[in-house]
Amino acid sequence: MSCWETIADYALRSQGIGERLLPRTDFTLCQQFTLIGSGMIWNIYFGAVALFCGFFLATAVAMGKAAKNPLLRKPSEWFIFIFRGSPLFIQFFFAYFVFLSLKGVYPFFSPLTSAWAGALVVLFLNTAAYTGEIFYGALQSIPKGDTEAADAYGLSGWSRFRRVIWPTMLRLAWPAYTNEAIFLFQSTTLVFFSGFPATQQRGDALYYANYFADKTFNPFVPYPILAGYFILLTLVVIGLFGLINARLNRHLPQERRKSLKVRPQIIR
Amino acid sequence: MFSFCTDPASLEGVKWLSCYLTTVKHMSMYYAVGTVLLLLSITAPTALAFGFAGASAARSQIAPLRWIGKTYIALVRGIPDIAFFLFFVIALDQAFEYIRHRIKCPDWEEPVRQGNDFIVCTAAKLPLGNAPQWVHETYGFMLAVLTFAIVFGAFAANVLFGAMRAVPKGQLETAEAYGMSRRQTFWRVLVPQMWVFALPGLSNLWMVLIKATPLLFLLGVEDIVYWARELGGAKQPQFTEYPHPDWRMWYFAALLVFYLCFTKVSEFALDRIMAKLTHGQATAAGEAQRKAAA
Repeated sequence: MSCWETIADYALRSQGIGERLLPRTDFTLCQQFTLIGSGMIWNIYFGAVALFCGFFLATAVAMGKAAKNPLLRKPSEWFIFIFRGSPLFIQFFFAYFVFLSLKGVYPFFSPLTSAWAGALVVLFLNTAAYTGEIFYGALQSIPKGDTEAADAYGLSGWSRFRRVIWPTMLRLAWPAYTNEAIFLFQSTTLVFFSGFPATQQRGDALYYANYFADKTFNPFVPYPILAGYFILLTLVVIGLFGLINARLNRHLPQERRKSLKVRPQIIR
Repeated sequence: MFSFCTDPASLEGVKWLSCYLTTVKHMSMYYAVGTVLLLLSITAPTALAFGFAGASAARSQIAPLRWIGKTYIALVRGIPDIAFFLFFVIALDQAFEYIRHRIKCPDWEEPVRQGNDFIVCTAAKLPLGNAPQWVHETYGFMLAVLTFAIVFGAFAANVLFGAMRAVPKGQLETAEAYGMSRRQTFWRVLVPQMWVFALPGLSNLWMVLIKATPLLFLLGVEDIVYWARELGGAKQPQFTEYPHPDWRMWYFAALLVFYLCFTKVSEFALDRIMAKLTHGQATAAGEAQRKAAA
């Protein structure tokens, strides 16, 4: 079987399209590259959607934590504490079993027991909490002069937030937020190891890498392939976020612009 | 456990629960909590040692050593750590067996990798096939500890490398002006001063290490996640004296609370240590302390 045929058979295997049976013997390098790459679709899906939705909730949570009213502040603080203070792995397990028991009572919840929706909800809430804390920190470090200038211009309420506070918050938070984004993409690999079933062996990149390592008893091929894919993904994320960073900083003189500095990522 | 536990079927309410929570299997779960704490207490210093070695290597004047150090630090950038965990457990196991194989069976002709199999001679198997169960478990646990130490050592190396660079240059130049050698400068000036700069990063790392402990489950150790799944699952009356429906949700809720308490306590303790260390230091936090006291 040529490599092109393998790609045609397995490139969309993680979505259930193509050959039904996974390769069982005589694993070729091409098969490993194709299947692990196919699994990356899930990682990108989870990461991108959770990041996009989480962004809005994170802004709300950060504003809530910075609010004076305890009715807004306390829930935000607890939300951030619960999701940042416990392991994502346990959150996945807990959420899965909660959804499972909810499904027993209300069939409405049945999509949440599958990974595409259930794990997405957990990742969404989790990244919202981490990002909320980052945004909160940025809100606290907005220069006093900026808000005073907004007051002097007669801006208040929504327009003050929209034109002064929010853009400055984003600008200050962006380097840390980039780290969080990379971090999130990496934690998407936990999904299929934490209760959420990979129906018909439709899994993510690590699921397939683990499959190959188990079958061939040779970790030295599939894991480096996975690592290669993730380094590529990280570079893309850094590139995209760098573009946004440049746009957020475009009004500043060149030397005051903060360039993105990416720190190593750690499990959550 | 308790004297009234002889006939669980007749018990109700709190009594039933107290008996249920003290069955032999639940005791194994509580031991698993001990396993987690043991892992933390072994891994933290080991990872710190690995990190210190990595950071010192990255600062070395000998180029190959510096490359090794820098590669080790860069290793964790951009790749999911869980991939490292899954990788190292097999890779280390095979590496150990291969080394023993070369030493113990020098006249073995066949290649070690045959198709999809990894074959070493019987004498080189780790642990030996006839070893008792606890040896197998301990070996698995040691592999997990080593894996954690390698991965977290890389993070610690990064933190310590940054901290070493944060020590004011004037201090090192002064040491040189006093005629200290590079080695003396390193041990007498750099190392004692870097800890204040390293502590925020290290305490962050400690929090992350706590949150990484459930990954032991993926490394094949019977840890709390394993027991929560095992004990929480629905139990039929014909197989157990304590039948109950699917309670896994509650078991994981308990684990969630356990971890939240653990991080909260650590946060509190680390804040205390930080306050102690910054006392009298020429940093922003130290300045704030002085102002607060005045």
